[in-house]
Amino acid sequence: MESKAGAEEAPKSGAMADLRYSLHLMSRNKLVLAGSVLAAGTILVALLAHVIVPASATVDDRAIRICWNNSLINWHIPSINVCPRPLPLGTDAYGRNLLLMIILAVPLDLSIALEIVASAVVIGLVFGSIAGYAGGIVDEAILRVTDIFFAVPGILLAIVLMTVLGRTIPNLTLAVLITWWPLYVRLIRSQVLSEKERPYVEALRAMGAGRFRILFRHVVPNSIYPLIVQSTLDIGSVILTVSTLVFLGFAPSNIATGQTPELGSLTSQGSQYIFSAPWLIIFPGLTILIISLGFNLLGDGLRDVFDPRLRR
Amino acid sequence: MTSQASVQRGSDHEVVLEVKGLKVSFHTYLGEVKALDGVDFEVKRGEVLGLVGESGCGKTVTALAIGGLLSDNAKVEAGQILLEGKDLLKETKDELRQTRLREVSFVFQDPMTFINPVLSVGSQIAEILESDKGFQAELVEYRIAELARAESKAGLTPAEVEEKRSLEGLKDKKLSKRSLRRLAKLRTLDYMRTVRLPDPERVYNMYPFELSGGMRQRVMIAMALVRRPKVLLADEITTALDVTVQAQVLRLLADLRGKIDASVVLITHDLGVVSEICDRVVVMYAGNVVEIADVEELFANPMHPYTQGLLASIPRPDVFTKEIKSISGSVPNLISPPSGCRFHPRCPKRFERCPLVKPPLIEVEPGHRVACLLYGG
Repeated sequence: MESKAGAEEAPKSGAMADLRYSLHLMSRNKLVLAGSVLAAGTILVALLAHVIVPASATVDDRAIRICWNNSLINWHIPSINVCPRPLPLGTDAYGRNLLLMIILAVPLDLSIALEIVASAVVIGLVFGSIAGYAGGIVDEAILRVTDIFFAVPGILLAIVLMTVLGRTIPNLTLAVLITWWPLYVRLIRSQVLSEKERPYVEALRAMGAGRFRILFRHVVPNSIYPLIVQSTLDIGSVILTVSTLVFLGFAPSNIATGQTPELGSLTSQGSQYIFSAPWLIIFPGLTILIISLGFNLLGDGLRDVFDPRLRR
Repeated sequence: MTSQASVQRGSDHEVVLEVKGLKVSFHTYLGEVKALDGVDFEVKRGEVLGLVGESGCGKTVTALAIGGLLSDNAKVEAGQILLEGKDLLKETKDELRQTRLREVSFVFQDPMTFINPVLSVGSQIAEILESDKGFQAELVEYRIAELARAESKAGLTPAEVEEKRSLEGLKDKKLSKRSLRRLAKLRTLDYMRTVRLPDPERVYNMYPFELSGGMRQRVMIAMALVRRPKVLLADEITTALDVTVQAQVLRLLADLRGKIDASVVLITHDLGVVSEICDRVVVMYAGNVVEIADVEELFANPMHPYTQGLLASIPRPDVFTKEIKSISGSVPNLISPPSGCRFHPRCPKRFERCPLVKPPLIEVEPGHRVACLLYGG
């Protein structure tokens, strides 16, 4: 008997092998690899922004406003101002180095996006899991509330909220969050709903486990994979939404005018000079595109990694 | 009927669990399904009781009723489920939860799906012990006993002596989270050894998908035993396993008999399994208990025509048969069950009274009860 039990050898296991397989799945797809590199790059830039960029970079220098001095790109604009020294992306309307301003904008946008997505995930986990697990009238009530939010177009709702609440960064975060959380409640609810019918939940009940223990220790961890994918995808979308709102002018005055750089406001500022100084709108816009694309590709990749059909 | 039950209690084994006149019905769109119609049996301390019958005869419903786990559309119409004298049907939700936690535990059919896939198996077993305050004192005592055993055998290392002293001081106090964790893990490892999981330290951190079916079933058994229940309800535990692993699990159960104080109710439709490890057998048909007997007695002298048919339908390698005998007909629809004896439409020995009278369970020989009008009633 002992020897037979020993013969039931299990495969070599461990978190490391698991991680290695995940990385293997991700690296197999070139687009996903690109996404991970872009997302990692964005986070790195955000973390180092205030180290790379000297404080003096934000000081106005009207003498060299909107000038270009980069021999690699010729804009073919006759009235272009030429900067006294070479600058990779020229200067903005305040005469500041545009590249440094874009770098400074990344941590602001990324932190707003992370706050929004993290809050939406927490709200979604709490209300979604309760709705899914409790069912009945609780479920109905929570779902109808999310329906109300789904009924109003997101940007419009955010604009209304910003107008009512006032144009500050916390209000901007709140406004986008309010349009964003219902999605997560729905997502978690549907996961919990299917997960709670699984036999192991019945087994747990049979073992005398309490309701909250079953829900938060067993059902929720099993429901969380789509949430990881969705939240990664959403970091890109939230950055896009936030910069759209700022572009439209829904931001505190120091940001809306571009004095404190933010990707949306830099783009908005550049839109006034779209024919005379196109770099002012192209490069901040391109940055938004690259960051969103990066997180979207990464999210797609994570979906592959977590796909149970590839796993078990 | 109750008089017979009390006669039983007079024998050398005391009764742990007693099911009396249990009637359960399910409300469905098609009508009321009378799933259990007066089920009576008892489980004695330390025995392995087989609960057999074909699919749909109410074996699993009986088990779920004992655990208070019937679905919402089920209704217990009548009866009592007495666990050491207290009626489980009268317990509140919280009391039932405690009962399931400490006194009655389940092992389910399919170990693939009945274990949470995202937590390591060891932590899932240990979690049960950590989750309830009631286990704390037990964990401390268990560890002290273990150290004492080691002391008498080979002596202790200084660290272990120190541990024993500090544990003795902790006996009635609340444990810190860390020591609770550690003690729960030690006891889990011990039980993983008891169910013969190979290399418990490594398996502890493995996930269900990394284990074979047999190992998973052992994990489930460890999970059920670690709480030291009074009754272990094992519902078709060998059905999802292949034959060699089945044999291993059954042998494990048989070997465990002396080591654990739980009585086992083994639910199965496999008479081979019953003959191998059960002490007594309860045969069910269409929501009724039709026969109860010691296992040798049942196989040697089946009395109920259904049991006789069931035994005759097992193919035997030693006897040449052209055709395997079967019981004609199929399990009746329990929305409108046959009148009188529920088996009468399929019974080869039926006579005119069968559709009219519901046969009581009568003790025909000591310890051998049967519900059939051929034997009186």
